[in-house]
Amino acid sequence: MPDVKRRAWLQLAGAGLFGAGTKSWAQTIEMPFENGERPLVAYPEKRRLIRLTSRPPLLETPMAVFDEGLITPNDAFYVRYHLANLPFDSIDPATFRLQVKGAVAEPLSLGLNELRGMGTVDLVAVSQCSGNGRGFFKPRVAGGQAGNGLMGNARWTGVPLTTVLARAGVQPSAVQVRFDGLDGPVMDGTPDFAKALMLDHARDGDVLLAWAMNGADLPFLNGYPLRLVVPGCFGTYWVKHLNEITVLDKPLDNFWMTNAYRIPDNDCNCITPGAAPARTKPIGRFKVRSFITSVSDGAQVRANASVVLRGIAFDGGSGIRQVQLSANGGSMWTDAKLGQDLGRYSFRGWEAPTTLAAGPHTLQVRAVSNAGEMQPVEQPWNPAGYLRNVIESTTVNAA
Amino acid sequence: MINARAAFASAFCVILTTGVSAAAYSYVLPKETAELAPGPHLDTAQRNCGACHSADYISTQPRALADPQAFWLAEVTKMQRVYGAPIDNADLPKIVDYLVQTYGR
Repeated sequence: MPDVKRRAWLQLAGAGLFGAGTKSWAQTIEMPFENGERPLVAYPEKRRLIRLTSRPPLLETPMAVFDEGLITPNDAFYVRYHLANLPFDSIDPATFRLQVKGAVAEPLSLGLNELRGMGTVDLVAVSQCSGNGRGFFKPRVAGGQAGNGLMGNARWTGVPLTTVLARAGVQPSAVQVRFDGLDGPVMDGTPDFAKALMLDHARDGDVLLAWAMNGADLPFLNGYPLRLVVPGCFGTYWVKHLNEITVLDKPLDNFWMTNAYRIPDNDCNCITPGAAPARTKPIGRFKVRSFITSVSDGAQVRANASVVLRGIAFDGGSGIRQVQLSANGGSMWTDAKLGQDLGRYSFRGWEAPTTLAAGPHTLQVRAVSNAGEMQPVEQPWNPAGYLRNVIESTTVNAA
Repeated sequence: MINARAAFASAFCVILTTGVSAAAYSYVLPKETAELAPGPHLDTAQRNCGACHSADYISTQPRALADPQAFWLAEVTKMQRVYGAPIDNADLPKIVDYLVQTYGR
């Protein structure tokens, strides 16, 4: 513990006091949508991030971070909570217990060392907020007004959930597994945050109970000391400060499953603005996305010289088959070269050399997943502003 | 530099508290500075909205709305009925009026 804390302090001191790791001393950043001014603030264990809200904390990763490497550093990883009653002073790693109960043969109470002894695995996976890019929706919708930085890619270390469930012995009547963490509501009347996965999903071997990311303890704001990792699926399922697992013999019926985090149950997961969806279903896996990270919107690049553009792509777990770049607003596309493969749940890097004539250019990037999924030219609309995955455009000026 | 110094102080808190107790982890958020902007029924809005979330949950919402009244009525009603905020029915239209007048454009 002291080592980790000291490291976090050094990172913060480096970022905050000496300017290392930050590209700008600006106090605010202007997101590219109406009412988009946000302060840049360094929280303990975090470098300066885009603050959407203070309480509960919602911190967005600046896009430039994704150009530093395929792995998102812990101190730059986005933060999102629903309810403001965080376990600020109540976590003692020596006495922390994870309860496993419900429809099991033998309820368990496991400490962190016991979990570590059950078989450790590493897995690189993207976490992304359901509302990543909500600020770009037209018409606008209520909620956290995020750009595209509510995502991150980390190497998670933990024990497969299926190992823990097998130790407890799942009863034949079980259908779902419920996850609850130490964070909770301020008011008694507010529904506690708890989520559930279908039993088959919970036992797929890829869902982890993780105590570390990128080789260090989870930062407090990313779920210390234990969180659920649900590769390929939206962050709403990645329950933080996880201390209770309950095997259920009927589906979880709470606000967070039955009312919130639902998407239109049709082919486009979309509706006409103002209409009501005929049917909805719980949000699940990411849709395929890709980004240019080496240049930002409005950047200047050299004209008539080869410029290597690079960026990232990811999807809900099939992996990336192809990334293409267009420098003329989408009328012609050329294949990008894919980079190192860190696994099907990870960011996949890409790069493409491009030569631009003098003048303004609209750069676009699109990815195809191994499952054959492609990105739409126009963003389908849904009432909560979830699932953004439109082909993104970056305007640059060559001179 | 002021922000950097505040961050430094916050980080130092983490070390001190973990160092002293050697057991329980302690985390301190930076001091909350966001405040609701002046407007009609500000006191009613402050009394009802601040317990569960900071003012920037309101101020960062879109301003360019086709129907600010419908937007903010839906939000306040959701806080009361879905999130269990103990808002008196008599206060609800005042809060909506405050939000529309203050953050509707």
